[in-house]
Amino acid sequence: MSDPTLDETRDPLLIAEGWMNEGRDVAIATVVETWGSAPRPVGSHLVIDAEGNFHGSVSGGCVEGAVVAEAVDIIGTGKPRMLEFGVADETAWQVGLSCGGRIRVYVERLG
Amino acid sequence: MDPLSLKKINAERKARRAAMLVTDLSDGRDRVVREGDAVAGDLGAAVAKAFRSGRSGTVEADGRPFFLNVHLPPARLVVIGAVHISQALAPMARIAGYDIEIIDPRTAFATPERFPGVPLFADWPETVLKEKPFDAYTAVAAVTHDPKIDDFALKAALDAECFYVGALGSRKTHAKRVERLMGMGTSEAAIARIHSPIGLDIGAASPAEIAVAVLAEIITAFRSRGLTQEAEGHAA
Repeated sequence: MSDPTLDETRDPLLIAEGWMNEGRDVAIATVVETWGSAPRPVGSHLVIDAEGNFHGSVSGGCVEGAVVAEAVDIIGTGKPRMLEFGVADETAWQVGLSCGGRIRVYVERLG
Repeated sequence: MDPLSLKKINAERKARRAAMLVTDLSDGRDRVVREGDAVAGDLGAAVAKAFRSGRSGTVEADGRPFFLNVHLPPARLVVIGAVHISQALAPMARIAGYDIEIIDPRTAFATPERFPGVPLFADWPETVLKEKPFDAYTAVAAVTHDPKIDDFALKAALDAECFYVGALGSRKTHAKRVERLMGMGTSEAAIARIHSPIGLDIGAASPAEIAVAVLAEIITAFRSRGLTQEAEGHAA
């Protein structure tokens, strides 16, 4: 029996499969580690297509823009990358987490 | 991610089965492991632990970094009986993060007025379960007091290895129930899994207090899921 709580319109992994079936290139970003207060738990996904469309989240909206930009690049090269985000002023990244936590996000191409 | 892994993990999730995506972070290769699949070495121990806790995370196993992403089906609570206790249990269960459904063939009890916003099935468990069978991530609480309604659901819950099976009734009522279930071919070991009298012993008296006791017992069962089986496995 199918699980009524899996929402096809909001579930990132179901959306990624749908995009794949439409022939779109897809990247999947996953929160693999968190330190301190982090907005989304380990295992959370953001899925991105080559045009920069995305679904899901890896933070409360703080770093999604940077992840999407990286993901579009990764779709091109096919090489997975580990991204790390901390508070804005302590990191080389342009963006950071205002909550003061730190997260590691693994970004890979689907296929 | 391997497209096949994505399809597999989504299929497992849709079927309400526990599964895990295991990614080797050193080379990006991944595979789907289902609960109960044999995985060798340190990784196997980490996989078993992650299934039990339901917690995803990175582990160092056999000299390589792995990310284990655990997908457990959301726990579901099916209450047999649209009674006073259920009216308190429904909102509480929802706040605690459990999906709740109520089954009761007595249409005077199972009304939307008494259970606003709760999925209600005013039909016999025999009929409802054909469409929506129990599984290992379902908790079943039978609270009608009526063997004609409760017994079939209890047997189905034990057969489906629901993580929690509880039944309302005094010790005397339960002794009679045990006899009936044995008559239906249920084993003694399975029957011993029924929580009865239902609910943690907190001295609950009112229907709402009994609902608290039942929910607390369900949470205990869910969070210790797999621990007892594992202990028994080691002893055997």
